[in-house]
Amino acid sequence: MTKAAAVGQSGAESGAAGGDRGVHLLREMLRIRRFEECCVELYSRAEIRGFLHLGIGEEACAVGVMEALSPDDAVVSTYREHGHALARGLSMRAIMAELEGKVEGCSRGRGGSMHLFDAATRFYGGNAIVAGGLPLAVGVALADHLQGRSRVTACFFGDGAVAEGEFHESMNLSELWHLPVLFCCENNLYAMGTALKYTESETDLSLKAASYRIPARVVDGMDVLAVEAAAREATQAIRGGGGPQFLELRTYRFRAHSMYDPDRYRDKAEIEGWKERDPIPALVAQLTASGALGEGGLDRLEAEIAVEVDDAVAFAEAGTYEPLDDLERFVTSEAVPQEQTP
Amino acid sequence: MTAITYREAMRQAIREALVRDDRVFVMGEDVGHYGGCYAVTLGLLEEFGPERIRDTPLSESAFVGAGIGAALGGMRPIVEIMTVNFSLLALDQIMNNAATLLYMSGGQFNVPLVIRMATGAGRQVAAQHSHSLEGWFAHIPGLRILAPATVEDARGMLWPALCDPDPVLIFEHAMLYNVEGDLADEATLVDIDKAAIRRGGKDVTIIAYGGTLRTALGAAEQLATEGVEAEVIDLRCLRPLDTPTIVASVARTHRAVVVDEGWRSGSLSAEVAARITEEVFYDLDAPVARVCSVEVPMPYAKHLEDEAIPQVADVVAAVRGLGA
Ligand SMILES: Cc1ncc(C[n+]2csc(CCOP(=O)(O)OP(=O)(O)O)c2C)c(N)n1
Repeated sequence: MTKAAAVGQSGAESGAAGGDRGVHLLREMLRIRRFEECCVELYSRAEIRGFLHLGIGEEACAVGVMEALSPDDAVVSTYREHGHALARGLSMRAIMAELEGKVEGCSRGRGGSMHLFDAATRFYGGNAIVAGGLPLAVGVALADHLQGRSRVTACFFGDGAVAEGEFHESMNLSELWHLPVLFCCENNLYAMGTALKYTESETDLSLKAASYRIPARVVDGMDVLAVEAAAREATQAIRGGGGPQFLELRTYRFRAHSMYDPDRYRDKAEIEGWKERDPIPALVAQLTASGALGEGGLDRLEAEIAVEVDDAVAFAEAGTYEPLDDLERFVTSEAVPQEQTP
Repeated sequence: MTAITYREAMRQAIREALVRDDRVFVMGEDVGHYGGCYAVTLGLLEEFGPERIRDTPLSESAFVGAGIGAALGGMRPIVEIMTVNFSLLALDQIMNNAATLLYMSGGQFNVPLVIRMATGAGRQVAAQHSHSLEGWFAHIPGLRILAPATVEDARGMLWPALCDPDPVLIFEHAMLYNVEGDLADEATLVDIDKAAIRRGGKDVTIIAYGGTLRTALGAAEQLATEGVEAEVIDLRCLRPLDTPTIVASVARTHRAVVVDEGWRSGSLSAEVAARITEEVFYDLDAPVARVCSVEVPMPYAKHLEDEAIPQVADVVAAVRGLGA
């Protein structure tokens, strides 16, 4: 994409869902949805505590972007990251165990819902400081750039992050140094209880990225195929040495900001309106129409996922707590690599 | 007397300030439409309107800086930062502007600003939402640091803070918002220069503040059943420290334990301990003891978090360790 055409609706064709690929995308979205619904139950039984932010309604963003990444790529995420982690390939078991504070969790039970980490999939965490992940993503991409690796760092953040200085500093730096970052702004219209219109003088967020000369496009974040197509185009451009890219994924969270949020600031009608655009039934309809999802296909998917979720819960519940003696481990590194010792 | 929560007491104080002084306004993230992340400002937008209850973008540095500017310009802003960890995004404005302008300008520009924020652990919200960094701020000359630990202090500290010609930071321990206490129907103002003796005793002085006051009082109660009479001091003002109240108590009891949810190294507890040894060393029957948080970023799992922060049993053990 040329700089002159930097902003616009995604030129990527959402296209028809090819059989297996479409079903795969559906499965991934359903895994996230059912996992998070289960989290709500566990939270009400006090098995999960602390802050719990759900991405129900936003699954297409996570799944569509992850499809465009390869195993070598990196992901930097926020506190609303269960979907990102699952779609990136962290095991549901390890995530659930983390949410239950068990040592078998992906962060040993130290992080909880907001701080999922996984070195194996280059998942650099749930960051709970709004916009705190952006500079980090720039640095991860800088390391790849300096070491001549053709990798992409995908960085997720919300519309609220756009107001932070760290957003603007990261936009500028990444473009200035031409770094391989895919910025994925999940614009769900609210930062906690404050609507975008109360916090941004310019509510077209893609324009902000474009003002730093980063190719930016607006994508329907409720359409997983559109997200995937846009993410593929963007990652291709990045791998081709094109520097950073910016996707504004227009989406909506169906549930409150967190389990503490009484959700007093949104119209019920607005929420219901967005639910009509739920990415999951939309894809089911498409796949059914195309014949990719045959008779009983959805039920089979649901049944498989139910087994996976139950298994994850059983794994978490059978898990153990990190011994208190280990409380002070990892404040600093336990081993200094040989080549670094003087 | 009326029983109200710490949260309601704080809200009453803000409301009263808004009614009393046109120059007072509130700004911060989610203070308006959402009603405050801890519901402290709930209902104020409806009552006072969006000019005086201002929702800000997620721009801590900008809105804290704007608070400083508005204070310079003759207003009396109450700026709310959701949680102390996020105040770090505004640390530049607090340290390099709010705390220094008066001095740097040779006494010309004072900054009558109040910044409120939640602090502390206990809710399993892990390493980016749970720290007790008020001790850091108490390091900075030019700031007054308050830590209301009771419903009366939540109700009574704000107005004197607004009357202070210089910047005041108020740290509200997140575990206190739901705590209920009795409040005299006639609101009383708090002397924000003075520590308070919350319980009298002759055998040991336990010094605490904010969220650890309840821990200290719990320990004192338990010790009383064993015949040890602990005096409990609530620091209330972490900067400037009310050293005379502290040392007078320790001179009577001859033993001191400092309880601080901050980390031990380079902490407020270290400062208090140092002042005791500087001023009443020869009155001490034992070294000053400290009960602080374990020096780790706060973990999520409950058993780890509990282990990381000061508990009643830790304070009791520390007192016993002094041979009281
Ligand atoms: C620096 C900082 N300020 C404030 C917060 C509190 N907070 C957590 S999430 C949030 C809203 C963020 O909204 P957005 O970026 O749109 O993401 P969403 O939650 O909608 O996914 C706020 C204000 C925080 N975590 N970090």
